[in-house]
Amino acid sequence: MQKRLLLDSQLLQITIQRLCQHLIENHNDFSSALILGLQPRGVFLANRIQKVIQELEGCHVEIGYLDTTFHRDDFRRRGIPKKASETRVPFLIEGKDVILVDDVLFTGRSVRAAMDAMISFGRPKKVELLVLIDRLHTRQLPIEANYVGKQVNTLASQYVEVGLKEQNGDDSIWLMNIEAE
Amino acid sequence: MNQLIKNNLLGIKELSLEEIELIFETADNFKDVINRPIKKVPSLRDVTIANIFFENSTRTQLSFELAEKRLSADVVNFSSSSSSVKKGETLLDTVNNILSMKVDMIVIRHSSPGAPHFLAKKVNSKIVNAGDGTHEHPTQALLDTYSIRERLGSIEGKKVVIVGDILHSRVALSNIFALQKLGAEVMVCGPATLLPKYISALGVKVELDIRKALNWCDVANILRIQLERQRKSYFPSLREYSLYYGVNKEMINALDKEIIILHPGPINRGVEITSSVADADNALILDQVENGVAIRMAVLYLLAGKLE
Repeated sequence: MQKRLLLDSQLLQITIQRLCQHLIENHNDFSSALILGLQPRGVFLANRIQKVIQELEGCHVEIGYLDTTFHRDDFRRRGIPKKASETRVPFLIEGKDVILVDDVLFTGRSVRAAMDAMISFGRPKKVELLVLIDRLHTRQLPIEANYVGKQVNTLASQYVEVGLKEQNGDDSIWLMNIEAE
Repeated sequence: MNQLIKNNLLGIKELSLEEIELIFETADNFKDVINRPIKKVPSLRDVTIANIFFENSTRTQLSFELAEKRLSADVVNFSSSSSSVKKGETLLDTVNNILSMKVDMIVIRHSSPGAPHFLAKKVNSKIVNAGDGTHEHPTQALLDTYSIRERLGSIEGKKVVIVGDILHSRVALSNIFALQKLGAEVMVCGPATLLPKYISALGVKVELDIRKALNWCDVANILRIQLERQRKSYFPSLREYSLYYGVNKEMINALDKEIIILHPGPINRGVEITSSVADADNALILDQVENGVAIRMAVLYLLAGKLE
């Protein structure tokens, strides 16, 4: 199996720092902004972003977790039902700026499901999307990210492997080729 | 494990421990959903479910219907009192007629034990048993054990007594299977006439004295006296049953520990349980009702995942 390194530990840290700077530029002290991390890996990223913003600006951003399992449009089309993870939105999102956070933007279907799940908690004023890796030319829905860590040209047959420390990885992100038999 | 092994939910007897735990974990998520401002998810929007009730039911049918609607399924209700069953149609014909209208799943309650099992062999549709005669009532046992797990953290090693009419109770049988699979010790308690002769063969303790039973247990599941199922007299009068087996505050206060009280409803206040016990903080009766919707959502969701 061929693989290519997209981000290593150091680059990942720099990328998150840059994304946070960009967020601070747009949202100042986050008094009307919230972050929702998408299960599972968007949650770890959301936690890291919260910490970095705290360090940089000294302000506390509220974060929540969204699980999209029950909102996916491909339930019963992928064989086995997916087990859900925790959804935790301990605040009102009505009238707020919501920043959705995920690791990889691929077809756009998770983000669509996430927006559907999010609406159950109220009507935000504005919704933005932050992703670490944006896979170009693979979208199946008209969805784009506002904050992008790294854009990558990929084929549909490839996949992006995200190994974060929170999941016993070494904070590296790889592009993998699945070779045809 | 992330899916059920079986295609139907016919009884607890056929479920594995892993499947019960999967249903519980899924129910945790749905309990969260039904406590949100918008209590609905779109998972089953392309699924149609028929609730076929050949026997009267209010809360089970309501609970199933709410569970189905909160999963965005389309729901049709059928009750035998207002149907062609009265005109002589067979069970299989009735169900095949309903399935011809492109129904994906069936929730059935029937007075004959084994009716859902019979259907599961004959029709190609997902079947959920909502009570078959005196045999099983799997979703009730799941919500009972789920409620105990929620309050006590775990079921393993806990002592549970089921009090009342064990002979006619499908809730008792399903509960015995569920509790044993989850590692609890089970006792049944009631008048000798209402205990099946060979019940101890299931590995449960048998006790005739309610005070001893309450002293032994961590959890007491008090069943309703089902007058509609009793063709002959199993005890002289309701008043006498109440005198010997009715659980009251004085009995609970006499214990040197706090026990948890369950009741599957509807309660006959003053017969099997007094109001002061039913309304106390350690009675989980209304939690059971709330958890019932979450459990049924979990079962329907997991079974729908197996639809072709």
